[in-house]
Amino acid sequence: MAEVPYIAAIEMAIHGEMERDDSVLYFGQNIATTENDKFLQAFGPDRVRVTPISETAEIGMAVGAALAGYRPVVELYMAEFMLVAMDQVVNEAPRFRYMTGGQVTVPLVLKAGYGFTAGWAGQHTGTIYGMFMGVPGLRVAIPSTAADAKGLMATAIRDDNPVAYFHHYLLTLEPGEVPDGEHLVPFGEAAVRREGGDVTIVALGYMVGQALAAAERLAGEGVQAEVIDPRTLNPLDTKTILESVDKTGRLVLVDQATRHGSASAVIAGEVADEGFSSLKAPIKQVTALEATIAYSQPMEEFVLPDEDKIVGAVQQVLGQAPVGA
Amino acid sequence: MPAALTPDRAAGVLRTMWLIRHFEERVGVLKRADQVHGLIHLSVGQEGVAASVCTQLRDDDPVYSGHRAHGHALAKGAPVERVLAELMGRDDGLCRGLGGSMHLVDVEHGFMGATGVVGGNIPMALGSALAGRLRGGDQVAVVFFGDGAVQAGHFNETVNLATLWGLPLILVCENNGFAEFTPRSAHTNVERVSDVVAPYEVERQTVDGNDVLAVWEAFGGFLAHARAGNGGPFLLECLTHRLRGHYEGDPGKYREAIAKADWQDKDPILRLQRHGVAEGWFSEADAAAIEREAGEKIDSAEKFARESGFPDEDLLASLVYAD
Repeated sequence: MAEVPYIAAIEMAIHGEMERDDSVLYFGQNIATTENDKFLQAFGPDRVRVTPISETAEIGMAVGAALAGYRPVVELYMAEFMLVAMDQVVNEAPRFRYMTGGQVTVPLVLKAGYGFTAGWAGQHTGTIYGMFMGVPGLRVAIPSTAADAKGLMATAIRDDNPVAYFHHYLLTLEPGEVPDGEHLVPFGEAAVRREGGDVTIVALGYMVGQALAAAERLAGEGVQAEVIDPRTLNPLDTKTILESVDKTGRLVLVDQATRHGSASAVIAGEVADEGFSSLKAPIKQVTALEATIAYSQPMEEFVLPDEDKIVGAVQQVLGQAPVGA
Repeated sequence: MPAALTPDRAAGVLRTMWLIRHFEERVGVLKRADQVHGLIHLSVGQEGVAASVCTQLRDDDPVYSGHRAHGHALAKGAPVERVLAELMGRDDGLCRGLGGSMHLVDVEHGFMGATGVVGGNIPMALGSALAGRLRGGDQVAVVFFGDGAVQAGHFNETVNLATLWGLPLILVCENNGFAEFTPRSAHTNVERVSDVVAPYEVERQTVDGNDVLAVWEAFGGFLAHARAGNGGPFLLECLTHRLRGHYEGDPGKYREAIAKADWQDKDPILRLQRHGVAEGWFSEADAAAIEREAGEKIDSAEKFARESGFPDEDLLASLVYAD
């Protein structure tokens, strides 16, 4: 166990999997541009390739290589760059196995950073994983800690399905304890980050940290919040969420996405559908406001969920603050 | 060395073309009889390209196609009864009835993928070519697409990368002059697809796609180079003619039907028959027998497909995700 930054944990996983399995390829824009790049040095220019700014070709090529038995990891830097190649991400990679009647598998990983709400303005800050969680055949991972960043990436590379792997840019340098050597985090198993009996907070990605900070503050007021980090959106561990809601009777969801494009809306729907009788209060969602992220910092902060907004939402579902306040 | 079009091989191409022709015409009939469920694009008139290209390839050469893929799949060796069963949505179909006309795949014969979104197949073929290069074998990846796909970004991105990395990829454009319902002249000022790739210095050729001899020779030349590891990619533009509409049921108001006499001159099948008989490669009776056998194969394929059941609902749980 060593303390390493989140981004280094992701690289450890890719490096480890490339060492373990010759069929893992790594390519994308701006990688391996110097001879002393550690991936290039370790694995050579056949397996590690810099590409032009051609997202469609990069991802399409990954599909073709995956059909031929390779396991490509595509470095996309910004999640928004995937939008350039939505045909490949949505219509080719995840549908191929099913459309061929199971003749093929398409094991590839799309590594995409998201949510860079640090003055990167309208086109590099989106929290867009919700757009992908409903695509049949596509796995979606959203690590919130350095350990999970490593473990989910290793699992993603070994998975036989295409995986959209979303890492949050504000976590990039965040250090965390990361297990040495092989470390795999299974898909579809939520982590209960904090136990509590009064309210369930399901937080996604970067919002897990915000929710834990809010939970600490609430504990000072005598409210025990249970904080759940789903870790993957597809598969989604609804069982853990429903069990927690059954215990607490109250649910607050926290997602940096705009409300109607959020994953939290889907989770809220699942709980309303499957766990309505457990609820003692309406489900409350804390999401970004319906706006493009502004450049100006106060405006950026106004739009985003934060600790205060989470505390306020918990107080509402507990009846300690008026709904709509 | 490129493979010469021997009398045997010419008869093979003729056999493949007749199979595709009868298949496509039967599909048209079955579509009108509501036995074929969905959206159908036929390649009647374009058989010469599929047959001349695919009969020169091996099973381990990956081939991709687009929405007009029946002919390419059949020419690459996909079993005709399973292709027809697929179009009829049956469990014995190539893809167990889950893919249909626009998504035919037959991994066993290296028919790796037909995609329904124009251009989407092109970068996938790039990935197959890269995989072939990494493996160190002599496989050659081939992708069929129409002239409409050339205006999509996929095409230029793929040509750029394939050129940069010198990959064994042959791009085969079937230029039938229409991108869906729109003439090429309304889409671009560049008349010839082969001109589009000129700045990349891709080795390229434009041929009469309804002339089997020309397609065979041009493709065979590229294939021999690609197989030997001498450069790549290559682009073969085949000027051809789609006899039917964009889809079955297309009223076709955007163009005039070709005159019957003109078509007799252009039809790739009749042209090869006339040439083969004149050269003494086969007799008229041989050619007639080839056609008759193709028709009989389609009859038994239809019987097979009609007898096959529909896919079981349990397939869903087992096939959306790989374990």
